[in-house]
Amino acid sequence: MRGMALVQAHCARREGRLKEHGQILLAHGGGGRMSRSLIEAEIAPRFGKGPLKGFPDAASLPDPDGPLVFTTDSFVVQPLEFPGGDIGKLAVHGTVNDICVCGGKPLWLSVGLILEEGLNISLLRRILDSLAAAADECGVTVVTGDTKVVARGQCDGLYINTSGIGRALPGFSLGPEMIRPGDAVLASGPLGDHGMAVLCAREAVLSGTGPMSDTGPVHRLVAAAADMAGAVRFMRDPTRGGVAAVVNEAVHGTPCGVALDEQNIPVSPATRSAAELLGLDILHVASEGRILLFCAPEACDPILTAWKAIPEGRNACRMGTVTADAGSVLLNTLAGGRRLVDMPQGELLPRIC
Amino acid sequence: MKYVDAFRDPAASRAVVSELASLAGKLRESGIRPAIMEVCGTHTMAIARNGIRDVLPPEVSLISGPGCPVCVTEPGYIDAAILAATRATVFTFGDMLNVPGSEDSLATARAAGADVHPCYSPSAALDFARANPARETVFLAIGFETTIAPVAALAAAAENGLPNFSMLTALKLVPPALAALVSDPAVHIDAFLCPAHVSAIIGSDAYAPFAGPGGRPCVIAGFEPLDILYGIRCILAQLADGQAFVENEYARVVKPEGNVKAQNLISRYMEPYDAAWRGIGVIPASGLRLRKQYGAMDAESRFGIRVEPGTPPTGCRCGDVLKGILNPPGCPLFDGRCTPENPVGPCMVSSEGACAAWHSYRRIAPAGKDA
Repeated sequence: MRGMALVQAHCARREGRLKEHGQILLAHGGGGRMSRSLIEAEIAPRFGKGPLKGFPDAASLPDPDGPLVFTTDSFVVQPLEFPGGDIGKLAVHGTVNDICVCGGKPLWLSVGLILEEGLNISLLRRILDSLAAAADECGVTVVTGDTKVVARGQCDGLYINTSGIGRALPGFSLGPEMIRPGDAVLASGPLGDHGMAVLCAREAVLSGTGPMSDTGPVHRLVAAAADMAGAVRFMRDPTRGGVAAVVNEAVHGTPCGVALDEQNIPVSPATRSAAELLGLDILHVASEGRILLFCAPEACDPILTAWKAIPEGRNACRMGTVTADAGSVLLNTLAGGRRLVDMPQGELLPRIC
Repeated sequence: MKYVDAFRDPAASRAVVSELASLAGKLRESGIRPAIMEVCGTHTMAIARNGIRDVLPPEVSLISGPGCPVCVTEPGYIDAAILAATRATVFTFGDMLNVPGSEDSLATARAAGADVHPCYSPSAALDFARANPARETVFLAIGFETTIAPVAALAAAAENGLPNFSMLTALKLVPPALAALVSDPAVHIDAFLCPAHVSAIIGSDAYAPFAGPGGRPCVIAGFEPLDILYGIRCILAQLADGQAFVENEYARVVKPEGNVKAQNLISRYMEPYDAAWRGIGVIPASGLRLRKQYGAMDAESRFGIRVEPGTPPTGCRCGDVLKGILNPPGCPLFDGRCTPENPVGPCMVSSEGACAAWHSYRRIAPAGKDA
C-alpha cells in the first residue's frame, strides 16, 4: 500500500503540475482519467456538437446525396504559430482547400492530434480555438477525432492530421487532361506569402515587418467561379512546391505547355522583399489560401470579375497562357528573355505545412 | 521594392538590348566574338533566372566562372564537416547539405543521426552556442569575401566568452582565382563581368591587375537584370574601342577602395594560405584561415580534424566548368548520372552552381544556340 500511495501521490503531483504549469503529460494520452479530462476540457466545448456529441467511436453521417470528394493531409509546420496563422487554422484550410479545388463543397472533417509531452496547454487552447474558428468559417463540421500524446522529443510540439469529406459540386469537370492551348492561367491572389512568412518566422528574418501567411479558405473563390464551371479546366492550390510545381504537374504528360509572364505574377511587397533577401524564387514558394485556375479564354474575364468582388480574390489576375509546346513551362522575364520554370528540388523551406 | 523595380524595367531593358545589338554588330566587323566570364555564382543564377542569354546577340557568349563557394569546396572538406558533426552541433548554409564528399554528404550524415542544422545566417550558430554552453557548436564557414566579412565578425563576437564555438573554414579569395585563370593557356576569356557584393568588400581597385594594356575589360555589375545587361554593354563598348579598363557599373554600392572597415576586421582574424580549389587545384594565397592565435575557434585544431583534398567523383568535369573551359551540357554526366536530385559534382548542387542554373533555368533554345 505504501508503494501505491507513493505512486498516487506522484500522479497527484503531476496533475497538480499540469494545473500549475499547464503542460501536456504522457498521461493525457493514456486513455484514462487524464485523457478524459483533457477531452472534456479542451475538445468537447469546441467540437462536441453534432456527430461528435457523446464521443462515439465513429461518426454517423447523413447521406449527402451524390458523389463525394475525400482527402487527407498531415501538418507538421514549425513554428506552430506564425505571422498570419497557426497550425490549427492551416490544418483546416489545407484539407478544405484540397476538396474545393477538386470541385467539392467541404462538409465534414476529422482531426487527429499528436501532442508532445510538455506542450503548453494555453498554446494548445489557442490552436484549437483557431482550428474551430477556421472550421466554422469554411462551413465544415469536425465529426470525429483522436488525441495521442508521445514522449518528449518524439514529435515537435504538435502534429495534426485532418481528413475531409465534401460533396462534388455539379457542373465542374476538372483535370489536367481538360487543359487546351490558348487557355488562361489565373491566380486568385499574391503568391508565396505562406512559405515566406513561415521561413521568416523560423529564421527570425524581418521580424514584425515580414510577410504574413495567406492561410485561408478558397471555398468562396470556387463558389464564385461556379457560374463558369463548364469552362474551368483545372484548379489547384499552389502549396508545397509553389506555382512551379503545380503548373509543371498540370501539363506533364499532356500535349500542352504554359507560358507565364513575370510582369503579371502577383507578389506582395513584404513577400517579395523576403524572397529577394533569402534568394528564393517566388515561383517555388507555397501559398495556403490561393488557387491557380486554368480556364477557357472566354471565361477568364468573368471569373476575374467574380473573384475581384470578394476580399480573398481582390488581387486576382491572369498570369499566363497555355501553349501547344508539350510539357514546357516557360517564364517571359522582365528583361525580355524566356527561361524554363523548373520543379523545385529538395529541401527548399523546411516544414512549412 | 520600388528601388529594385527600376532595375527590372522592361522598357529600359529593351533599350539596352538594342544597344547590345549595335555594339555586337561593330564587333562582328572586327571579327570579335566576345567570351565574357561572369565570375560570381550569383550572377550565374541571375543570368539564368532572368533569361539574359536569350536577349544577347548570338555572337556574345557568357561563361560561368569559379565564383560559387560551394562548387569550389574540396570533397575532403565535406568529409571533415561530417567528422565534426559526430562531435558537435554543426551549422551550415543549406547549399552544403547535398554536396557529395568522398563517400557521404551532410544530408546523409544527418539522416544517420549527425547533428546538422541548415541556417540562413551565421549568427544562428552563435545564438545556439550562447543558448547551449555545454554543447560544442561548429559553423561551416565557406565563402568568398562577401561571407568572409561576417565570418570575421563572428570571430570577433565569439572571441571572448564563447568557448564552445568554433569554425571549420574554407574561405576563398576572388582576385587570386582570376590571376590563376588568366595565366591558364586553356582558358579563353575576353572580359570579366566582376562580382557585385565581393567587390563591395574588396573595392574596384582590386581588379586593376587584370585590366590595362594587354589585359581585359573588368566591369563590376549588380545582380539585377538591368545591372547585368548594362554591365555587358560596358564590356562590349570597351572591346569595340579596343580598351581594357576597370569600370564600375555598381557604383551605388562599390567604392574604389572597398569596405576598409571590413578589410581591417578580416585581416585582424584571418591570414592567407595556399588553398585548394575543387577541380582547379592549389592556387597560391587564395584562401583565408584563422590566425594561429585564434586556434581555439578553429574546428580543425580544436577537434584534431584535418581537411584533406578527398576523392572527387570519377567522370565529373566540375573543374573544367569552373574554369569556363566547358559549358555544363558538355560534361558527360550532365543530366544523366548527375542531376539536382542525385548530384555527382558540386556545380549541380549549389543554388549558384553553373550546372544547377543550366539545368533549372535554361531556355529551351533553338538548336545550335546556347548548347
